[in-house]
Amino acid sequence: MYFGLSEEQQSLEDNIKKYLEDNASLDSIKEVAGGDSAKSADIHKGLLELGISGLMVPEEYGGLELDMLFASVVSGALGSGTAPVPYAGAYVMAPIALTLAGTDTQKENWLPKIAGGEAVVGIGLSEYVGAREDAAITASGKTISGRCLFVIDAKEADAYILANKAGELYLVDAKAKGISVTDLVTVDKTRPSIELNLDNVEAELLPGSENNQDIINKVLDAGRLMLAADSIGASQVMLDKAVAYSLERKQFGRVIGSFQAVKHMCAEMAAELEPCHSMIWHASHCYDHDPSQARLMACHTKAHVSEVGKQISKTATEVHGGMGFTDELGLHYWFKRIGLNRQLLGSPELVREEAARIQNFDQSPAGGQSKKEVGNPLLV
Amino acid sequence: MELEYGPEYDDFRAEVKSFVKENEGVNLIGKSLRSSDRVDWQQKLIDHGYFARSIPKEYGGFGGDMDILKTRIIAEEFAKSPIPKPLGGQGIQMLVPTLLELGTEDQKQAYVKPTLRGEIIWCQGYSEPNSGSDLASLQTKGELDGDEWVINGQKIWTSTAKFAQMCFCLVRTEPDAPKHQGISYLLIPMDTPGIEIRPIMQMTGDADFNEVFFTDVRIPATNIVGERGEGWKVANATLTHERGSLADPDVMMNRLYALIDLMKSETIDGERVIDKPAFRDRLLRVQGKVLAQQANALRLLSSSINKGQDTTMARFITKLIGTELRHELEGLAIDAMGEMGTLYEDSPHLRDSGSWQMSYMYFLGLIIGGGTNQIQKNIISERALGMPKEPKIPGA
Repeated sequence: MYFGLSEEQQSLEDNIKKYLEDNASLDSIKEVAGGDSAKSADIHKGLLELGISGLMVPEEYGGLELDMLFASVVSGALGSGTAPVPYAGAYVMAPIALTLAGTDTQKENWLPKIAGGEAVVGIGLSEYVGAREDAAITASGKTISGRCLFVIDAKEADAYILANKAGELYLVDAKAKGISVTDLVTVDKTRPSIELNLDNVEAELLPGSENNQDIINKVLDAGRLMLAADSIGASQVMLDKAVAYSLERKQFGRVIGSFQAVKHMCAEMAAELEPCHSMIWHASHCYDHDPSQARLMACHTKAHVSEVGKQISKTATEVHGGMGFTDELGLHYWFKRIGLNRQLLGSPELVREEAARIQNFDQSPAGGQSKKEVGNPLLV
Repeated sequence: MELEYGPEYDDFRAEVKSFVKENEGVNLIGKSLRSSDRVDWQQKLIDHGYFARSIPKEYGGFGGDMDILKTRIIAEEFAKSPIPKPLGGQGIQMLVPTLLELGTEDQKQAYVKPTLRGEIIWCQGYSEPNSGSDLASLQTKGELDGDEWVINGQKIWTSTAKFAQMCFCLVRTEPDAPKHQGISYLLIPMDTPGIEIRPIMQMTGDADFNEVFFTDVRIPATNIVGERGEGWKVANATLTHERGSLADPDVMMNRLYALIDLMKSETIDGERVIDKPAFRDRLLRVQGKVLAQQANALRLLSSSINKGQDTTMARFITKLIGTELRHELEGLAIDAMGEMGTLYEDSPHLRDSGSWQMSYMYFLGLIIGGGTNQIQKNIISERALGMPKEPKIPGA
């Protein structure tokens, strides 16, 4: 029995963190946030050389075919460095969708390019999770029409995978006629968001997803794990920065980290965050090795981490006092990243409702003492 | 990542399962502590290696290898059955490991075996009325008079004092030394003249704790563990163990299932509480927290059998998070029952024997006891985050 990261996973995490420290300094992040797309392209290129695009691609298509835990470890490292690059959608969700539901031709067309860092495939599931403004896409023959909001990793994408309300997935070439892209301006300047409007755009169904929500749910679970991991990485940095700052900053003749008020804020953050590391590892493990618990663990991890992340992003900023509020210190990049992760693919309330449905809380009879119908997620 | 215990443990689990099945009929309810039935059962568990597994045979244990996964399997299989569980308590959890590590050969011979067999029950004499969070400021005095310690003072929050034969007690024996270096760890027979016990009625309506008064209590000079003035070190060898055991995540998971059942059976205007979105969301939030704690516990289990996993933080947070979470969980059950949730003792319409109110209050006690959660936050910030201690007030 071993619960934790392997040496390979640990070293992958270390390598990516090291790369980001050396190549994506806060000044670089500020340049990217100011619109310097060459800078983000450089960072992206370097990360591709570290192999982030091929983790989830099957070996026969040129990928590494690794466990979800590897993908989570990478996502955590990217979150810790507020890396301004595509990842959760393009390199985790998209290859999983293609692998699980694509035809051989679709796989051959896209998976080797994803693994090789030659293609970015954005993914839009927001309307399946919970449509805002009645956004939706509908298929008619070989085309789809409608609109998709907050398509993940779609800004520079070569293709999109888009879901209809039933959870069926359509593959669309980004150069196809009838697509218009609208930039959405969110608080998080490290990852662009877009809206797609589609007017009779040629699209291919990923046939495995037809009348089969298991596929989109598997893709969704993976995306939620990535967002949770990203927030954990970002939260850990915010805590570490808060502690470090409290040991430098002096008031009343002492470092503020010697005041119990500040110490307790930091202790509370640490106490909430530490189990989240274990939780994402466990949920990632269940994703590959325990199908009966995978969905429940993914939902709960996304929701719980979002709550913890929200609290830490607030408290860590407070520990920095007025400096925490400044652009100069740049703490807000992590704050905003955690804020976007919280809403993408379902806010905590929505995801918890899903967790309730997964456990059939709405189906057992009223008034009767039910038996233990909920499987213990750990004692399986 | 490998969550299976491995095939080499399958046989062991089967063996434990069959023992549990054979002994399903054993029932010790109503048998008093130290009764021959209880001692015999305890000895049977030791003989099979289901208790005191790694404690050497010469001191009354099973004499097996330390194997945490086997210990875990035993706990898991016993938890599934109503058969009597092995004895716990402060003597077994805290005193025995302390004696095995730091006691003299005579002390080990005298106390370990009868403690394991349940023939000696211990109480812990640590807290004092003026020394709670600042335990090292304790003032109960021990003076050597010839070959006897003479003890005067008062202890408080002493659970099991009413049943205990012995007390392991922190006493100030070196009044001129700095506070942490002036304490000794003494073993006091509770039938010694000069000891008076008064129970403390608590908010739950029970009296689980006591005050213990010592007036010219005389015990042999040899009843000391470690050297004079080393008591603080001796005590700290086992305090961390107590903190970890206050919030068992397996128990928490069982309690969560009970809460889910409760929320499915309680109704408001004919609608199940679990079908009301506000209540359901609170339930799901608690479930998420419990799952996070379970994962943290898996990490701790792993670190105890694999070398090189740093779990400093994961260990320090368990008491703080675990007790707060249990309190929240029990409180949600009360809210789910509404007015019915306030019923207590032997009231009509009482749910689950009043256990939700009882635990709700009891866990508030545990938030305070075992090192208050504010002290836990100091420990986390100082020992795990590397933040400085509060400056000392001169003379404190």
